[in-house]
Amino acid sequence: MATITTEGVLHVANLARLEFNEEEMEHFTDQLARILDYIGKLNELETDEVPPTSHIHPHQVFIMGSQTEASHVAKPDVVKPSYPREEVLANAPEAEEGYFGVPRVVDRSH
Amino acid sequence: MSLNELTAHVLHEKLKAREITAVELTESLYARIAEVEPHVKGYLTLTKDLALEQASRADAGFQNGDDMPALAGIPIAIKDVICTQGVRTTCASKILETFVPPYDATVMTKLHAQGIVMLGKTNMDEFAMGSSTENSAYQVTHNPWDLDTIPGGSSGGSAAVVSADIAVCSLGSDTGGSIRQPAALCGVVGMKPTYGRVSRYGLVAFASSLDQIGPFTKDVTDCALLLNAICGSDAMDATSVDVPVPDFTQGLINDVKGLKIGIPKEYFTPALDPEIADRVHTATAVLESLGATVEEISLPHTEYAIATYYIIAPAEASANLARYDGVRYGYRNESPEDLIDMYKKTRSEAFGEEVKRRIMIGTFALSAGYQDAYYRKAQKARTLIKSDFDAAFEKVDVIATPTSPTPAFKIGERTADPLQMYLSDVMTTPASHAGLPGISVPCGFVGNGLPVGLQLLGAPFAEEKVLQVAYTFEQNTDHHRQKPEIGT
Repeated sequence: MATITTEGVLHVANLARLEFNEEEMEHFTDQLARILDYIGKLNELETDEVPPTSHIHPHQVFIMGSQTEASHVAKPDVVKPSYPREEVLANAPEAEEGYFGVPRVVDRSH
Repeated sequence: MSLNELTAHVLHEKLKAREITAVELTESLYARIAEVEPHVKGYLTLTKDLALEQASRADAGFQNGDDMPALAGIPIAIKDVICTQGVRTTCASKILETFVPPYDATVMTKLHAQGIVMLGKTNMDEFAMGSSTENSAYQVTHNPWDLDTIPGGSSGGSAAVVSADIAVCSLGSDTGGSIRQPAALCGVVGMKPTYGRVSRYGLVAFASSLDQIGPFTKDVTDCALLLNAICGSDAMDATSVDVPVPDFTQGLINDVKGLKIGIPKEYFTPALDPEIADRVHTATAVLESLGATVEEISLPHTEYAIATYYIIAPAEASANLARYDGVRYGYRNESPEDLIDMYKKTRSEAFGEEVKRRIMIGTFALSAGYQDAYYRKAQKARTLIKSDFDAAFEKVDVIATPTSPTPAFKIGERTADPLQMYLSDVMTTPASHAGLPGISVPCGFVGNGLPVGLQLLGAPFAEEKVLQVAYTFEQNTDHHRQKPEIGT
């Protein structure tokens, strides 16, 4: 496992759509490095032959009488009413003509 | 005892016999809230008008002689991470300061079907990320047993209001211990059901493979009643499990003869407060004297649970919290240069430090080149931790451990060191990885008067066995009857 640099933190912050000032950057780099160092403890474990657990649903399948790992379960596609548009838009910082409003992303000059 | 101090099952009998009314009961809770809430600060929102309306409706039912559900007219507090239609739901975050859900979480629909009285929404660590409730963007909640200490977290408000008798019971959520740990630190009963027992629909998502809603109560009987009300599969949550829901009060058996209780040696490390170790050993000795077989067991991967948790939970959180972008709800920066700048400024201004830290850890652990080394590795470690429990439950019925390695710590004591704070969860995260049901029940006090919790864990869907051991312990001890004297 790697240690994290200021450049690394900048890259991750951009992926996460977060930004930090210089002081926060220093602080975060230091803290993340310490946390990742602790997490590095997992390298003590031999896991080549161990399957990953993404959820514990196999219990559900076991109880229902099968031993296989649960896979995706499709629901019937039934049309149902959704929440009223006005109620959903009531929480939006900006709404216009039944839509969410955001800063302009299309340049009208083209 | 005054009305606000009673349990739901005692109150139900009084309501049914029409010795008291739900309105009277609700008024007594708000009267106590007016007295002690300024010290405790457990609530973010109080909904008194709504509560009195709900109480009147319950009273009409009782007056009619209707067959009223066990929780009808019972005043309950709800953690502010559970969506309540028409009532602000903030997750103790600035980013959701103005969010009013247009729908109820499934647990709320179920509680309203019982005719509960909702007192208000409780404080928490922002987005349930924390172990002390100090990460709330709004206020610090104080432990009723010592106002200078934290109530635990992340469901610290829900634990504190039950402990302070300003709610009969409450709901919280548990991802890595967020119900069990504050229950222990505030001297109340708190239970995380098996993952999948309770619908997560309307529970604002933190780490979806771990999150589970559960109750805080003053005794184990109330815990069973709340489980009865909230459990069950739900078409709106594909991870809720379609298994029969028993009547959990059937687990309220005052007998542990023939039951095998395992004590995992890995939980008794030098980091465990010796007084807590002593109280837990005393508690298991009580169970042994009542006929249970107590034996030492081994859960060899326990020491990897925190490292595993602080990859998996932040990774899932980084994906879940991507939705807070200032478009559909909540806070938005007013003067962005463009759309991307709006996302960045909105999120950077309105998320608190711990939330940002976890988003950063999670984004890093999922980023190109690191996913196998971190996220995949943690998922494999999770398998090993789960396998330890699978093997243990071949031999024992219930596992008993301390809930928290220390009693409540001082406000501010661990805020400067995130890693130290993360280690608060060392006793609770292992069972979270395995999705197990776990309860914390009061099992005594340390020298300075702070409560200690006994954690009891069961195999998946074996809530009744966990309740049986908890109930037997409670019926043969009086720790749960102790009350804090607030502000003295």
